Parts: sequence; C-alpha cells; structure tokens
Amino acid sequence: MSAATATETQGLSGAPVDTTNGNAPLISISHVERDFVGDDGSVTTALSDVNLDIRKGELISIIGPSGCGKTTLLRLISGLDKPQRGEVSFKGRRIEGPNPERGYVFQQGSLFPWLTVEENIAFGLKAQGKYKEHKDEVAEYIAKVGLQGFEKSYPHQISGGMAQRVAIARALIDHPEVLLLDEPMGALDSFTRADLQDRLLDLWEKYHMTMILVTHDVDEAIYLGNRVVIMTPRPGRIKEIVPIELAQRDRVSDDFTAYRKQLLTKLHFNVHAAHND
Amino acid sequence: MSSITAEAVGQPISASRLDARDAQQGTAQSESTALKSGSVGASATPYEAGSAKVARTVPYPIVVAFSVVGFVIAAIVNVVFPQIAPVQFKQGQIWIFLLNGQEAYLFLLAALVVLYVIIGAVDARDPVSAGRYRYRAQFRFAMGLLLALWDVTGTKLQVLPQPFFPGPAQVLEPFVTDGNYIALNTFYSVRLFAAGFVSGVVLGVVTGVLIGWFARAYYWVFPLLKITGVIPAVAWMPFALTLMPTPFIAAVFLLLICSWFPVAFLTAQGIQSTPKMLVEASRTLGAHTPYILFHVAIPNAMPSIFTGIGMANSLSFLTLVISEMMGQPGGLGYYIDQAKEWSAYNEILAAIVVMAILFSLIMKLVELIRGRVLRWQKGLVK
Repeated sequence: MSAATATETQGLSGAPVDTTNGNAPLISISHVERDFVGDDGSVTTALSDVNLDIRKGELISIIGPSGCGKTTLLRLISGLDKPQRGEVSFKGRRIEGPNPERGYVFQQGSLFPWLTVEENIAFGLKAQGKYKEHKDEVAEYIAKVGLQGFEKSYPHQISGGMAQRVAIARALIDHPEVLLLDEPMGALDSFTRADLQDRLLDLWEKYHMTMILVTHDVDEAIYLGNRVVIMTPRPGRIKEIVPIELAQRDRVSDDFTAYRKQLLTKLHFNVHAAHND
Repeated sequence: MSSITAEAVGQPISASRLDARDAQQGTAQSESTALKSGSVGASATPYEAGSAKVARTVPYPIVVAFSVVGFVIAAIVNVVFPQIAPVQFKQGQIWIFLLNGQEAYLFLLAALVVLYVIIGAVDARDPVSAGRYRYRAQFRFAMGLLLALWDVTGTKLQVLPQPFFPGPAQVLEPFVTDGNYIALNTFYSVRLFAAGFVSGVVLGVVTGVLIGWFARAYYWVFPLLKITGVIPAVAWMPFALTLMPTPFIAAVFLLLICSWFPVAFLTAQGIQSTPKMLVEASRTLGAHTPYILFHVAIPNAMPSIFTGIGMANSLSFLTLVISEMMGQPGGLGYYIDQAKEWSAYNEILAAIVVMAILFSLIMKLVELIRGRVLRWQKGLVK
C-alpha cells in the first residue's frame, strides 16, 4: 500500500525552455522524464524533456488535453512522484518527497470522510504535532474560505464547491510557499467554479503566494494564470508558454477573447496533429 | 403466596374490563383500514409512513388499550382453558414471594399490561414518542395473541406434540424455581463471552492491521489466516480441552479463534482499501507513515472492521453454546445439556429465552458502539 504502483498510463513529452529574468527561480524543472511501466510491461512516456522555471509569486496555469502529463508534472513538483531522469528542485534543493511547504489540492474527494470540516482543516497541524500552538488558526482559515457555520459538518454533508474550499483551507493552513492545484474546479458547475476562481485570486493576491494550476479549461487558464503552459500528449511535453497580460481580469474583455482564440487555436491544432501521428 | 394468588385472580377481572374496550377497538380498526388508502398527509414523525398515518386517526387511549389487550387475552386463555397434558407446577421463590410457574405467568402478563399502560401514559406527553407508541401498538397486540396461541395449542389442547412444547407458564417456571442457578449460568456465559470475544476482536484488529499494512505480514500471515480461519473453531475443542490448563481457558481460546478470523480478514480488507488519494493528501500535509496508519488507514477500515465484528459476534454465540454443551462446568449451554438429561424441555426453552435476550443485548451494545464510532456515516449510507 505504501509503494506507489506504476500503472498510471499517461501520454507524453517535452518543451521549449522557459527563459527566466535573472533572479533564481523558486521551482526549477530541468530535462525531466517520467515513464510508467504498465502491468503488461509496456512503457508509456508521461513526460519527456520537460523544462520549466517558476518564480516566486507567479500563478501558472498548465493546460492540455488529457494524457499530456500535466498532473504528472504537478505530482513531481509536490514530491508525490519522482522523475526517472532530470531534476525538479525547490529553492535550489532537489525535491525528495511531499512537504507541506508545497500544498496540494486534489481534483475532488480528497477530504477525510470521517473528519468534520474543522478536523479536516486541522489535519496537517495535528499530523505535524503543532496543533496546540496553532489551534486558533483553524477558525481563521474556516473564515477565510467562507465556511463559518459548517465547522461540524462532515464532507458528505456539504456541496462539492464547499468541499474544495475545505481542501484549499487544509492546504493553506500550514502557510505553504506554493499551492499546487490539480483541476480543483473540474467537477464543479460554472457558478461555483467562477466563485472559487475569484476566491483563489484573492488568496493569491493577499498572500503573494505562488500557485500552479492544472486545468483543462481554457477560460480558467487565462483568467487565473500569469503564464499559461500548453502541453501536448504522446509523449507529454511543453509545447508553448503564453504570458498573459490582461489590463484587468475580465472574462468578456477583448484582450481575454484574443487570448482565448490564440490558445484554442494552439490546442486544437495540437490535438489534430496528435491524431495524425 | 396468598397475596400473589389474589393478584393473579384479580387479573382476569381487570382483563374483562379492558376486554370491553377491545370491542370498540374492533370498530376503530376497521375504520382505520378504510382510511388507509385515503390518507396522504406529509408525515413528519420518524415513525413510518404507513402505520403511523393510519393510527393517527385512532384516539390515543384506544391505541393504549389495543397495545395491552393481547396480553389480557393471553391471561384469559390461560385461566379459562384447562390443562389436558399432565402438567405439574412447582413452587419457587422470587425475592419474598412464593409462587409457581402458572402464577408467575399471570403475574408477568399483568406486569406487561401495567407497564405498557404506564409507558403509554408517559409517551402521550410528546408527539414523537406518542407516534412511536402507536407504531408499536400492533406488534404488542400480536405478541399477546401469540402467547395465547402458544399456551392454548400446547399443554392445553395438545395440538403441538407433548412434552416438546411446554406452555409459556412452564417455560417461565424455571426462573421462579431455579432462578439463582440460571443467573449463575448466565453469568458464566457472559464472563466466557466477554473474555473470548473481546480478546478475539482485539487480536483480529491487530492481525488485520498488520496484514493490511505491511506487505511482509501479508505474505507470511495471510495464508495462515486463510487456511485456519475457515475451520470451525469447535473442531479444535479436543485439543483445547486437553492442552489448556482449565476448561475455561480452553473455551476462551475457541471463542478467540472464532472471532479472530472474520475480524482479521475484514480489517485487512478495510486497510487495503484505503484510497490512494487520502494517503497522498496526508503526505502532502506533512503526515508521516505511522500517523497515516493510525489516522487514515484505520479510520478508513472502521466500517469494514465493524462488519467483521458483527460476523464474529454471531460465530461467537455459536461457539459459546457448543463449547458449553461439551465440557464446561457452567453456562447456558451447560444448563441446556443438563436439562436434556432430564427431558426438561421447559428448562431448555427457558435457557433459550435467556440466550435470546442476552445475545440481543450484546448485539445491541455492539450496534451502539458502531453507531458512535461510525457516526460520520450517518446520512451517507442507508
């Protein structure tokens, strides 16, 4: 149970190198390769020669069709998974395993069903034996994600959007430097989704955090990201990195629409090419 | 003795008075049946759509009368029909009262009538418990009728072959004549059960956690569990009785192995079914492996563990009685075995009644603990 089974089958590979502007990146991914060996012995290349530098305070969106290795990339950054070749480092040190300084928000269903909302949020503090000193912060974080009144509710008693807010609060309570978000809004309706996006932006602005968001939603990628990393499958690699410069975050502005068109074209073209392989 | 007889004789009088109410009840019943199809109103009480909705139309005092009238009928039947089979009642003592089985039975029926009337009066105070009382009325009535039927078809009319079907009064008699001895044997059974079952469950959870969590334990212990676990524990009895220092320890050992297997098996399954995502989430939150085992894997296995405990519970009852019937110096199984020698079928049934009550209570207790531990599941599962 402890050993991760390498049965994940994802598609594929690498990308152009991102050029950073001088100051040392917070997260540095260089020449990373990750293969998965299936039960039948077949080898799938989830990531091939991926290079990406992420600076402190950035909000990166990673987008691409399913099987392009975007979740694998996020797992490598968190330390839940390790690359076969290449290196993923955080603040100059190689990432050896998960650490609460890199918070992780799963797609859905990652809350402990036997714990209440507040117990879920306090989980990390308790696991690290520092619950006593930071007890008051639980209520504070419940307030931050707007869940007052639901402290004693169990996960199955709250909505999907609220559950994701709990997951975010649970990751944030340990003051992570990076928040890794793996399609956290994938299973939500569009209203809840928009609400959660704005909440994330607020948190990002307020705490000057670094966030890396994996998504399959183009609007979401543009709306939230400073940079959008486009990935392509088989093998998973970074196709292009598009910097987003919006005068203001407005879903219907001309700028937004232009970016949308640009990304859609790129993604569509990419999918088409993959099919022709 | 005399005071009790007076009370017992007094019973039919009050019974006939209540019986008059029963006639009204009949009308109310047919009325409610007629209403059954029509009543649609939204029922807010937890006590069940169908019957509660119907019963609501019946005045509450009639519901109370209806609840107890079955027992009154049972008392009348007991007094009116003569015993045809050769039945002799022995006198015994309860506290300061001297009485025989016959009197004890009538006394019990009277007590039930009084009890349900009092409960009815108390429950009338709030609508929820009143609804519950209404819901149970039909069943209580049927219980009384069943007692009457049992009484009349047994030693009275001899429809059921004798002496295998002693009447309710005869089954009650051993509690009066032999009460202390039954209590002693019950205590013996409880002690044995507690020792064997609890140690079996504890050992089962420990084994299951080890097997479910550690690949090495799985490799070495699981095959052993699979092979030995399917053997009914009582098959080991000859070894247990010869190898263990006392018969009590031998029986504890049998109970232990019979409850160990299902608990270990289902605990292991529960641990192994821990979602990978929850383990990974814990790791990103800074939990180390032992913490994940105790705070993620084991809580995740809890529903499964309780399924195992439920199975172990039933298996333990079986093993308990069988091992007591073979080579124990006491216990309800031993009591049955002794009664069998004398063909005292009423005593056998008396012991069975005690078992029914005792085992139900134990299961209820396990159920309460389960409900408490798994309270997070409320509303999540049916």
